[in-house]
Amino acid sequence: MKGVRHYPGFLILTLGCLLVLYAPLVVVTIYSFNDSSSITSWGGFSLRWYVDVLTGPESARFAAAAWNSITIAVLAATASTAIAVAAALAMIRSGRFRGKSATYALINLPLLVPEIVTAVATLIFFSVIGLTTGYLTILIAHVTFCIPFAYLPIAARLSGIEEVYEQAARDLYATRTQAFWLILLPLMMPGVVSGYLLAFIISLDDFIITNFVKGAGMETLPTAIFGSVKQGIKPNIMAISTVMLAVSVLFVSLSYLVNRIGQKTRT
Amino acid sequence: MAGGVLPPPSNRGGTGWGPLRVPLLIPTWVMIGIFLLLPVLLMAVYSFLTKEFRGGVIWDFTLAAYDQFFFDRGLFGDEPPVIEWTYISIFWRSIWQAGVATLACLLVGFPTAWFIATRAPAQRTVWLFLITIPYWVNLLIRTVSLKFLIRDNGPLNEALIGLGLLDHPLPLVNTNLAVQLGLFYSYLPFMVLPIYAAVERYNFALSEAASDLYAGRWTILREIVLPMVRPGIVAGCILVFVPSLGAFLAPDLLGGAKTYMIGSLIDEQFKGSQGNWPFGAAIAVILMTMVLMVLMAQARAALKGERK
Repeated sequence: MKGVRHYPGFLILTLGCLLVLYAPLVVVTIYSFNDSSSITSWGGFSLRWYVDVLTGPESARFAAAAWNSITIAVLAATASTAIAVAAALAMIRSGRFRGKSATYALINLPLLVPEIVTAVATLIFFSVIGLTTGYLTILIAHVTFCIPFAYLPIAARLSGIEEVYEQAARDLYATRTQAFWLILLPLMMPGVVSGYLLAFIISLDDFIITNFVKGAGMETLPTAIFGSVKQGIKPNIMAISTVMLAVSVLFVSLSYLVNRIGQKTRT
Repeated sequence: MAGGVLPPPSNRGGTGWGPLRVPLLIPTWVMIGIFLLLPVLLMAVYSFLTKEFRGGVIWDFTLAAYDQFFFDRGLFGDEPPVIEWTYISIFWRSIWQAGVATLACLLVGFPTAWFIATRAPAQRTVWLFLITIPYWVNLLIRTVSLKFLIRDNGPLNEALIGLGLLDHPLPLVNTNLAVQLGLFYSYLPFMVLPIYAAVERYNFALSEAASDLYAGRWTILREIVLPMVRPGIVAGCILVFVPSLGAFLAPDLLGGAKTYMIGSLIDEQFKGSQGNWPFGAAIAVILMTMVLMVLMAQARAALKGERK
């Protein structure tokens, strides 16, 4: 019986929801290919603003910011994924223990504290311990808030893997290390890859916390874009935005596909 | 023991991760404990310190930051205190803006979640994927894109004028409406996902039973569906309201001086030599307290719901 599931107007609202979510992104993507130097009028299709980002007057600044963003995202995603794998093994494979729910709360703490509060608290902490704000402080902050994003898919995957695989390996005299590297880790891989990709995007996207702990003269792509946008939206910003948008969509799609493949090989 | 072979290790049950528990958890404890939990506690201490000129602090404990937030003692601080409305009204505006955005997200998010949850399973993943993609796109870029779209001579106004719906551009940027739209746009997926999860678990036989007893579809929605999926709705509202309350980008980029919110107020206290770190810390503490109160109220309500 279809009747009770159907409500008139819900389809329209769903399509409206998607329109609101996508319209700004689609419009900026289209205008990033605009040949005109004014952002208001359409002057035909061109890649000139992409060329401008690579070779124009601001290119050195954007290149440095992009380098910082990418290296920080790679390092933060790697570190937070490693930490999250270790945490997931302890939380899911070592039975009950005292402090388990406290540890669970701690892992989720970065999701509970409002971003602006994390930003303020982290800045004050670095200032009190006398650590000069810069690349290192951004990296530390990123590793910290990426942990829950890496943890969730990894823990979800690990709790779906039965203990019998490891036990079988141990029965055949594999050491715990061998059982982990040869059996458990390959089974966990879809979760690990998914967690890594999400942590990477979260790091790449962060603005508020980075803006507080970056220090003078240090820029990541979001803070550089924010600095430019304060003086008005220019076409080269739309070109950079479109590239970052494409990177985000690519990574999320990859994460989604890896998860899908993981589900098909569900143990 | 046959053949003198040792019993396989797993005969003891489990997979042997127990002894490694502490070393496995140390990195998490250190990173989040030292670089987030400790800083939040330190921030609370900092809010009681004395402000020094040039943005520094002196380690003398005082209530000055909270006093500045709530009371006006005149230019020289010697007049009898009256209530200072500047900061309270910024908080009130933030609560109002976040509330409007949450309500708008609910009104659009519930039908969307319902619609997706009533599709065939294969279609659901596609719809959900479409809803989640924008969340993963940089919030700064999304907010800038929205500003580009709704600005005075932007594509939205041009389209509306072109269609003959308007004869002069509708000024949206720098208004409360633009900030509400920005918050709505930023956090809409947070409303859809938990409600979807609740609707997916809903037993449609209940609706069918009510329908057989001649209840109309809106009566069923109000009397049966909404109470059943309430936890999802509450979770969605919190996930939208809490980040909206402390939002920085939407009010900063889409709003103006008249739409000032908590996020910008905090940000300002840490900028250059004009800043006031203890005051900024105090505002952050007040914000954090409000968020904790919302979360605890929800946890209590959830516990009560379980006991029923």
